[in-house]
Amino acid sequence: MKKLIFTICLCAIAYFGHSQSSKYLPAMEANLKIMDTAKAASTYLDLSGKFERIANAEKTQWLPFYYAALSLDLYGFQAPESKKDEIGDKALALIDQAQKLNDNSELYAPKYMAYIIQMLVDPMNRYQSYGMLANDALSQGMKLDSLNPRLFYLKGSGLLQTPTFAGGGKDAAKPYLEKSIELFDKEKPAKMYPNWGKTQALETLEKCK
Amino acid sequence: MKYCILLFLMILNVHSLLAQIEIHGKILDKKGRPIVSANITIVDSYDGGITDHNGLFRFSTTENGAHILVIVASRFDSLFVPINITNQAIQIDTSLKVTKLEEDGVVVSSRGFILGGGKRNSVMNAQDIYTTGGANGDISSALRTLPGTQQLGEREGLAVRGGDVYETKQFIDGTLVSHPYFSGATNIPTRTRYPPNLFKDIAFSTGGYSALYGQALSSALILETIDIPEKSESNVSVTPLFWGGGLQKVAKDKKSSFGFDYSYTNVGLYFKVIKQTPDYFKMPQFHSSDWNYRIKTKGGGLIKYYGTFDYNQMGLRRQSVDSAIWKNAFDLKGSNWYHNVSWRQPFNHQWKMTLSAGFSLNKNNIWQQLQDSSNKEVAIPNIYLDTLQFNLKNKDLFAQTKLVLEKKWRHNNALRFGAEYWYNDYSLNYNIKQYQLKDNYIAAFAETDYYILPKLALEAGLRFENSSLMRTHELAPRAALAYKFSSSNQINFAYGMFYQKPENTYLIYNSKLKMTQANHYIFTYLYTGKGTMLRLETYYKQYENLVKIYPNYTNNGNGFAKGIDVYWRDNNHTIKTLDYWITYSYVDTKRNYLNFPFSMQPNFVANHTANLVTKKFIAPINTGVSATYSFASGRPYYNLHLNAVGDANYSLLDQGKTKQYQTLNMSVYHLMKIGKGFGVLYASMNNVLNRNNVFGYNYSVNGLNRQPILPTAKRFYFIALFISWGVDRSQDTINNNL
Repeated sequence: MKKLIFTICLCAIAYFGHSQSSKYLPAMEANLKIMDTAKAASTYLDLSGKFERIANAEKTQWLPFYYAALSLDLYGFQAPESKKDEIGDKALALIDQAQKLNDNSELYAPKYMAYIIQMLVDPMNRYQSYGMLANDALSQGMKLDSLNPRLFYLKGSGLLQTPTFAGGGKDAAKPYLEKSIELFDKEKPAKMYPNWGKTQALETLEKCK
Repeated sequence: MKYCILLFLMILNVHSLLAQIEIHGKILDKKGRPIVSANITIVDSYDGGITDHNGLFRFSTTENGAHILVIVASRFDSLFVPINITNQAIQIDTSLKVTKLEEDGVVVSSRGFILGGGKRNSVMNAQDIYTTGGANGDISSALRTLPGTQQLGEREGLAVRGGDVYETKQFIDGTLVSHPYFSGATNIPTRTRYPPNLFKDIAFSTGGYSALYGQALSSALILETIDIPEKSESNVSVTPLFWGGGLQKVAKDKKSSFGFDYSYTNVGLYFKVIKQTPDYFKMPQFHSSDWNYRIKTKGGGLIKYYGTFDYNQMGLRRQSVDSAIWKNAFDLKGSNWYHNVSWRQPFNHQWKMTLSAGFSLNKNNIWQQLQDSSNKEVAIPNIYLDTLQFNLKNKDLFAQTKLVLEKKWRHNNALRFGAEYWYNDYSLNYNIKQYQLKDNYIAAFAETDYYILPKLALEAGLRFENSSLMRTHELAPRAALAYKFSSSNQINFAYGMFYQKPENTYLIYNSKLKMTQANHYIFTYLYTGKGTMLRLETYYKQYENLVKIYPNYTNNGNGFAKGIDVYWRDNNHTIKTLDYWITYSYVDTKRNYLNFPFSMQPNFVANHTANLVTKKFIAPINTGVSATYSFASGRPYYNLHLNAVGDANYSLLDQGKTKQYQTLNMSVYHLMKIGKGFGVLYASMNNVLNRNNVFGYNYSVNGLNRQPILPTAKRFYFIALFISWGVDRSQDTINNNL
């Protein structure tokens, strides 16, 4: 019984501790559930809107901003080229708002992705500028948490798609992906905190063989 | 147990079955077209939706009472709608207004072709210049594949829309470049001194350019140097023609950078293998160096310094047109200093300042003589041949400073104004004669961008110019009106008056000359599709007060030019991985200037010119190929002959048109990894079809003999290896953790 009471208290603290509204947790969880199984571009766009609404209503939570940016990025990869710049800008603006609340390593993953989306509009010419900004985002994220598996995964996946003459290729990508999986296995994310990436890292590593 | 109840109540609270009210509707633009992906949100709630392809949205809310609904869509002004949620469904049908923004508003494009380095909406960039077949990394050569320009094989520079090459001026970071090309011999073109990768923005105006610039009758090439580079880098270039190396270092905090480059060119080896028509007794050699320093200032400003020094020399003999047993010998030593400092600083309330200063010193030491078959100087047998034998030294010092202030308002309306001052000290020693000129030139200018409607913009400017030497002042109005009648179609009309001081070589004989003048009237139609662009332009240009050098140095010359320019670019759109552009220009021009006896079409103008530039990058083998085909109809040539010294006029003894000019230039580059560096192996061949192109004729002094003007060799080959080693600091932090 004491144990039960303790658990309930803990739940209550978790519930009210962040001065968040009572609908926050279920709304987030519902959206994250959709995100886990989402495939269609339109679902990601829809999700981004949902997360953004939560973020704007809550005002003090960085996670909804993070997920709003992340789902927008995931939409951006599938969006037509004419829209990629606009989407990237929007995602960066969302990350900016999250950083004001809590500047942490996780935010640099969607930041990296936003720059990559903008680079993809014209990779030949934008590699120098946008590619550099993307890489900068990764290294800034690393400075905040040098053991973030998602950043290692993104680095490896980026290298795999870089031509060998520019320092990319399978051999270059492999150590980053292996390291990311090692880190994924050790990772114990808090509730609702980012935990994605392991499946993608394993798939990408498979391509390196 | 109480706690359990509490928990239960909490859950109940969240999932309570409050009344779900539906809010739905349709969002359109002002023309009644659906807006897709508009976000509809009840402010400070989680509830909202997004519009579909028909502009329809639908969502449920558990809120009640008075709320505000916000509708957000990119490119549109956000709309706030007060609502009162009761127990009935709410329908909201509304329309949004287009935001007055640069992206979807109209852009006044009288400025011409914007060439940017990977920037949004750019037409061409530094990489394009490197990969254009035949350009071999020379900015002007690449620009000659754009419409409005002439194919000149016998001289450097850009002859734009009936204008002579000196009517095109180049500006780096706002300041005029007085000697953009290396000095050379008559009828042998030289290269631009400045490499394309120095610039982040290259804007090429073929007419009607902004009031911020002046002293160019035809065209302005406006170059903006790069800011602090992204990473430190060192590079080397190895070719049979030249070798060079450089270093660019970016500070750890990325707030400053410095760099330098040096290269040495000696064409001796190349000329041994590829035979040249002239006999070079002194191989063309060039020492070039440049250095730069850039630093960020507080508040987002930037100070940039760029300096160069180069020295070149050459000596050659060519067959004389005056006698079969004579040769013309020519010897040149030239040096050039160039410094440029600019400070760009934004201030509060959307004010921006650009302060720049430039200094250049150009010196040439030239002699020319007639030589006999044993390369000995011949005694001049008659006075007419005097012009073929000379010693010439010139020194051109040019210093300038310019201040531009800019204020922006909402909706991209802007005002720019400022002033500039140029000081020029030019001296010439010709045989025993000495000439000197000093001029203080002052200009003040103001220009405004005014958006009358989101899709109708006016750019109006005024420029005041004064030269102390000529004691004249001129007022040059400029205006451009642009209307974007649909998202991909735009029309422009541009008008402008342009003044230019006569060249120093004429001013030394009469410093009381007035400024020469050109009036431009340009109409443009612009279509921008997905990866494609069509630009149609027609223009009329009127010249006044052009310099006549006979019988006296006066401003009695005049002329006109009218024509059509067509540019079509298709970047990987129609044919995947093929980038190409096609240009066609028609020009009809006549002028009476210099020693022309009457109004004639100048010898640097062909009526029809066309280019086809194609580029393809073959990704699996990391190799790019480019082919450029250029065509120009025949150019006129004249034998203008002065019957006797002191005669009042030149007479036209002979005239004709050269045959058509055609050339096919190819280049190929291969990207690779060399050790830890990044390598580019580049090879090119100009005039692949081995055509005999004739650029005109030189006549003997007595007018009886003529000689075609030909390239020094029919073909030009180039092979080079460029390697760069980048130091990407961002990599370090990641690698440390691996």
